[in-house]
Order: sequence, then C-alpha cells, then structure tokens
Amino acid sequence: MRHVYGWLLLTPAAILLVAFTHYPAVATLAESFFSTGTAVRPSRFVGLDNYAALAADPVFWQVLRNNFWFALGTIPTSIALALLMALWVNGRLPARALVRMAYFTPTVLPMIAVANLWLYFYTPQIGLLDKVAAMFGAGSHNWLGSPDTVMGCLIAMTIWKEAGFFMIFYLAALQTLPPELGEAARIEGASRWYFFRRVTFPLLMPTTLFVLVNATINSFKLVDHLFILTKGGPDNASNLLLYYIYQVAFSFFDVAYAATLTVILLFMLGIFAVVQFQLIERRVHYR
Amino acid sequence: MTHAERVAAWLLAILWLSPLLYAFWAAFHPPAFATTFDPLAPLTLANFEKAWGYAPFPRHFLNTVILVTMVLAAQLVLCTLAAFAFARFDFAGRDVAFALVLLQLMIMPEVLIVENYRTMARLGLVDTILGIGLPYMASAFGIFLLRQTFKTIPRELEEAARVEGCSWLGVLWRVYVPLARPTYLAYALVSVSYHWNNFLWPLIVTNSVNTRPLTVGLAIFGAPESGVDWSVISAGTLMAVAPLLVAFLLFQRQFMQSFMQAGIK
Repeated sequence: MRHVYGWLLLTPAAILLVAFTHYPAVATLAESFFSTGTAVRPSRFVGLDNYAALAADPVFWQVLRNNFWFALGTIPTSIALALLMALWVNGRLPARALVRMAYFTPTVLPMIAVANLWLYFYTPQIGLLDKVAAMFGAGSHNWLGSPDTVMGCLIAMTIWKEAGFFMIFYLAALQTLPPELGEAARIEGASRWYFFRRVTFPLLMPTTLFVLVNATINSFKLVDHLFILTKGGPDNASNLLLYYIYQVAFSFFDVAYAATLTVILLFMLGIFAVVQFQLIERRVHYR
Repeated sequence: MTHAERVAAWLLAILWLSPLLYAFWAAFHPPAFATTFDPLAPLTLANFEKAWGYAPFPRHFLNTVILVTMVLAAQLVLCTLAAFAFARFDFAGRDVAFALVLLQLMIMPEVLIVENYRTMARLGLVDTILGIGLPYMASAFGIFLLRQTFKTIPRELEEAARVEGCSWLGVLWRVYVPLARPTYLAYALVSVSYHWNNFLWPLIVTNSVNTRPLTVGLAIFGAPESGVDWSVISAGTLMAVAPLLVAFLLFQRQFMQSFMQAGIK
C-alpha cells in the first residue's frame, strides 16, 4: 500500500517536473545533434556539426570570456563587501536595523527595476556619472556604449544588487560563533585585525565557499539587466551566455544552435552543482 | 568598533540607499528638477499619473497578482503532497525519485527556455498566464524544504491521529500542515518575491498586454528607445516595486530569514 500511496502523492509534482525539467534537458541534448529545420529543409541528424560551429564561433568564445570577467569582477568584491557589512551590522552600531535594511534592500528589487534606476547614472551628459566627471573637468563619456567601460558598469550595479544578499549568510554564521573566542582574544591582547585574520575568517570559511559557489551559479543566470542596459552590446562587449542563447533562439531563430549553447550552460551548472554538493557533504562531516 | 568604522558603515548604508532615494527624488518632482537637487523644488504626483497612463499598469499589476497567487497556490499543494510522500512513505524508488527532484535546483526552468517554449506552443499555452506559471509549479526547493520540516515532526503525533481514525490525508492536513506553518510562510515569501521579480521566462512566453506581468511591462516602458522622460520612468519603476518594497520594510526579519533559507537549501 505504501508504494501506491507514495507514488500517488508524488505523481502531480512528478509530471510537471519531468515535463519542464527532465524532458527539456534531454530534448536539448538531442536537439544539439540535429540541424535547425526550415520549411524547405527539414531538420536532420548532423552529429557534432553544431559543436564544431560552436568552437568556430567567435561570439561564443567572447560571451564565455565575458561571463568569466563578469564573475571575476562581481564575486570577490561582493563577497568582501558582504563580509564587511555583516561584521558591521553584527557589531555595536547605532541604528543597526536601519543600516542592515539599507544593505539588504537591493535584494528584494527586480533586476529590471535596478537596471532602470542605474540606467540614469550611466546616461551620457545628463547622467549622474557624467555630471560628477564634469565637476572634475572631464568630458562626456558614453559609459554603456563603449566596450572599455560597459562591463565595469554592469559589474558595479551587480555588486550593489548582490552584496546585501550574501551579507545575511555571513550574519547568520557570525551569530553562531561562540562569544568566548572574542573575550579570550581580548584578554590575550590580540588586535582586532589579528583576531579577524586568525579566528573569524577561518571559521567563516564554509560560509565563504558556500557563497562563492552560489555567486558563481548566479553569475551565469543573471541576464535580465542586459535587456534594459545594453542588449549585449556594443558589439557583444557585454553579452553573456544565457543572453546569447536567448538571442540565437528568439532573434536569429537558430534553435539547434541555441540548444548546443544550452548544453554548454547545463554542463557548467552541472560542474558547479557537483562542487556545491561536495561542499555540503564536507560541512556535514565537520559537524 | 572604532568611531571611523561606524561612520564608514553609515556612509556605505547611505550609498547603498542612494539609487533608490534618487528615484524617489526624480519621481516626486517635475522633470525640470530631476537632475538639480534644489530642496525647495515643488513636489508633484504628475509623474505617477503620466506613468500610469503611458503603460497599461493596472493590467500588468493584475497579471502579476494573478500569476503570483496561482503559482503559490499550486506550489503549496503539489509540494506538500510530494514532500509528505518523501518524508513518510517508504515507497519503491524513493531515493532515485528524490535525486531527480533535486536536479531542478540546478536546472531552473529559465535555463531551458528553448525547449520549454516549444512545449508551451504544443500545449497552446503561449501568451497565457498559466503558461508563465506552469514550469514553476512543481518546485524542488519547496519539496525539499517541506520534506525537511515534515521529517522533524515526531511520529507519535501521527500515530495518535491514526488511532483516532484519521486517514492519511487527514493526518497530513491536521498534523503536518499546521506544524509546518513557519516553513510555509518562509517559502511563500521567497516564492512571491521570486515571481514578482521574474523576467526572462515571462518575456519569452508572453506577447500581449493581457498577459504580460509588471517586470515585462516595465522593461518595455523603461527601454531608452521608448523616449519616456526620466522622472516618469522613476515613477513607473517605483510603482512596480512598491508592493514588495513595502512588504519588505514591514517584515524585514521574516524576509531576511526566508531568503537565507532559500539560499542555503
């Protein structure tokens, strides 16, 4: 009986999960071995041709590089900021709740709204950034329109959006640290920096690793802002893998190639998931 | 904490709030004052009025509310049933099934946009609110979270209810669901925030005003080529985020705790 009940209870969720997660994942993989069908020429098996095209596609390599720089630009800085925020908010600070709220607020905003707000800072001439630059006598600059600055603009905005989210994980971890440690250090006369470097930071390592993996996964999924700010431009300078998949599928209508790109994305997410899983296992082991 | 550090913490807080504060400034003042910070500038609600008129905001609001409610209601039912099965029934293939469920934590529906769009087209659900919500209704995160909670509930409670003549579903409804209330609340907050803010999949699967949620409406409205001026965009953006922002300001602690649970999984 328990078999029947168990499966009966699971069935509604299982049908939807299979339909929108497992089936499409397998179908994507299959699709990547076929050509994109057209009215005159139906889709046919092409083996690894799509992957060969991918290897020869300069835009693919560029979005991959961009993803790498985007991750490298956003993750270390937002983690460092998150840790700093958590230490501050965890300490004796007047109006602590208000400060914590200020740090966390960007997390609850949709990326689209964030992009709308930040677009103004980056607009040439009337934007805030140009106004500040003008005060120092610098000329107008097209921040989002120039390949040299566009990535930096997106990185700054993403750090603002994400640091407060990572802060709450550090905050929770800090609150589990025994206060005796700090007292002992004070009696021994250890400086705060020394205490942080030798005690707090090592004890927070599991949290740091955890946040690191989550942030990496996020950096591959976060593309909403591109729709408002740059559309991947100028000349793909700010294009990211998931946005490129969207473009290939829904602007260029090359479904097979989009599937091939999706396989690469799934592969990467898979690697991160394995790393994440191992971290969780290890953490359980420590306890 | 030194004095300098306190000041730094405060300055960072102000810096962090400033984009939002600036949007408030622009939204409540005439466009002429959008970029000049004159404390005596006249206040106005004209920007909100204009934004409300430029884009079909009432319709987008309605769509988002329908979407969020529908997804949450379906998630609560489906995830409760599945989580109960995983927590309390030792059925054949349970561990494999659970591993397959967890796979969704990694492969979110928005990564599989191409195939999912095709599925929606086959089902005739393109450009419907149901089409936006359907891929999210069976949520691995919800199943996982509820399973964890259900497992902590002592078996004795369940056995007592069984002795009293409760059916399996009765036990679930009268024992498990009430005891898991905090988990439901945390999950609901995360789900509502997620779907209120979600963009890529709704953008792909909708193509008319009647189905587009707020985020998609906002993207069209705020795009530079729409030619709407800055003050009006700020007003529109604030309107779209207001419900969630107000809820957050009222229930900060609850929000932060829920988001944390969602992150840790």
